[in-house]
Amino acid sequence: MNTELPIFTEADLHAYVDERLDPARRAQIEAWLETHPDAAERVRAYREQNALLHSAFDGVLDEPIPERVQRARTLRWGWMNYGGLAASLVLGVALGWLVRGESHRELPLSIVLPKQAALAHVVYTPEVLHPVEVGADQEEHLVKWLSKRLGVNVKPPQLQSSGFTLEGGRLLPGEDGPAAQFMYRDSAGLRLTLYLRTGLHDNRETAFRYAKEDAVSVFYWVDGSTAYALSGELDRERLLNVAQAVYKGINP
Amino acid sequence: MPNDLIAEHIPRLRRYARALTGERSRADDLVQDTLERAWTRLHLWQRGSNLRAWLFTVMHNVFVNQHHQNKTQRMEVLDDAAPELAVPDDAQQSLQLRDLHKALEQLSLEYREVLLLVGLEQMSYAEVAEILKIPLGTVMSRLARGREQLRALLSGQAPAPLRRVK
Repeated sequence: MNTELPIFTEADLHAYVDERLDPARRAQIEAWLETHPDAAERVRAYREQNALLHSAFDGVLDEPIPERVQRARTLRWGWMNYGGLAASLVLGVALGWLVRGESHRELPLSIVLPKQAALAHVVYTPEVLHPVEVGADQEEHLVKWLSKRLGVNVKPPQLQSSGFTLEGGRLLPGEDGPAAQFMYRDSAGLRLTLYLRTGLHDNRETAFRYAKEDAVSVFYWVDGSTAYALSGELDRERLLNVAQAVYKGINP
Repeated sequence: MPNDLIAEHIPRLRRYARALTGERSRADDLVQDTLERAWTRLHLWQRGSNLRAWLFTVMHNVFVNQHHQNKTQRMEVLDDAAPELAVPDDAQQSLQLRDLHKALEQLSLEYREVLLLVGLEQMSYAEVAEILKIPLGTVMSRLARGREQLRALLSGQAPAPLRRVK
């Protein structure tokens, strides 16, 4: 076929079909095609192919997206179905084990994070007098203080739409540095905590994962250099809804 | 939020998948698998780079893997042999579309992908090279052969043994 194309390459011919040539080059090819009917016929056929493809498949663009595809799109929120596997690995290990010594230093975040978060949750949520260090009535101060101590801007997301109101927050010792805990409660007095750790090095984004530490359910994820864990003694579905609201509140 | 960024590309992923597989439910399986895989690998996507190309790469990988599996173990049950095409304007076009569908099926996967990415998805040749992880020259030669084969198939001939391009 290229024997027909003394001055143009086969690639030029396709670029012409796909309208990817500059006007000067296009005009040259057009002139040349006048005297080369075989090549002109190929161009016509290839253009017809393109047109045929569009008439066959463009209708798909206007179809409603099937629900299962929609669901896959939001799989991020459904991924903990598999996260349960990871959770089963850590289940049964006593909570207190974590705070002992150096033994956990090498453990991956996926094991350490939900444990630390759940531990902080069970320690502080039963507290009646001092559940938080700084209350929501001083939210501005709370935000400034924790942001300063953690070295990045941290702000508690608003969870009213999920039925939870901010009570306040506190500073906690994390694995390698400070961590923060925000506490929320609903009208029935049920408490949720959001645990944050910053300064992670590998700057990635993970799916939502689920772990259960005794009665405490935890959803945790990493977004950039910050790890989040939302803990509460409520069923997975409901906690998941709140976790989604947290994510959206943090990444509007 | 990446979720919304990805959502924007779903209609085109579906269109490409439909043309690639020729069948609605298989196409949506492919899109679904692609999105799931994309989510678990989103950290591999460089923010600011071409998300569409990246998603099509993911789809390409998923499809090629499944294609190889199916070759050795063709056990899936397709719900219907009838191609799911948009409603044609007239009977003549309907025949043409049916021919197209059959012809696409007969094209080898390598040619079909390039031909669809260029002709249907209107990707630049460089984007196609990036998506399929092949050199630009290979894109061009596959495009040339794919188009020539499709032309032969649509005109009712068996694809002629191809002359070498270059």
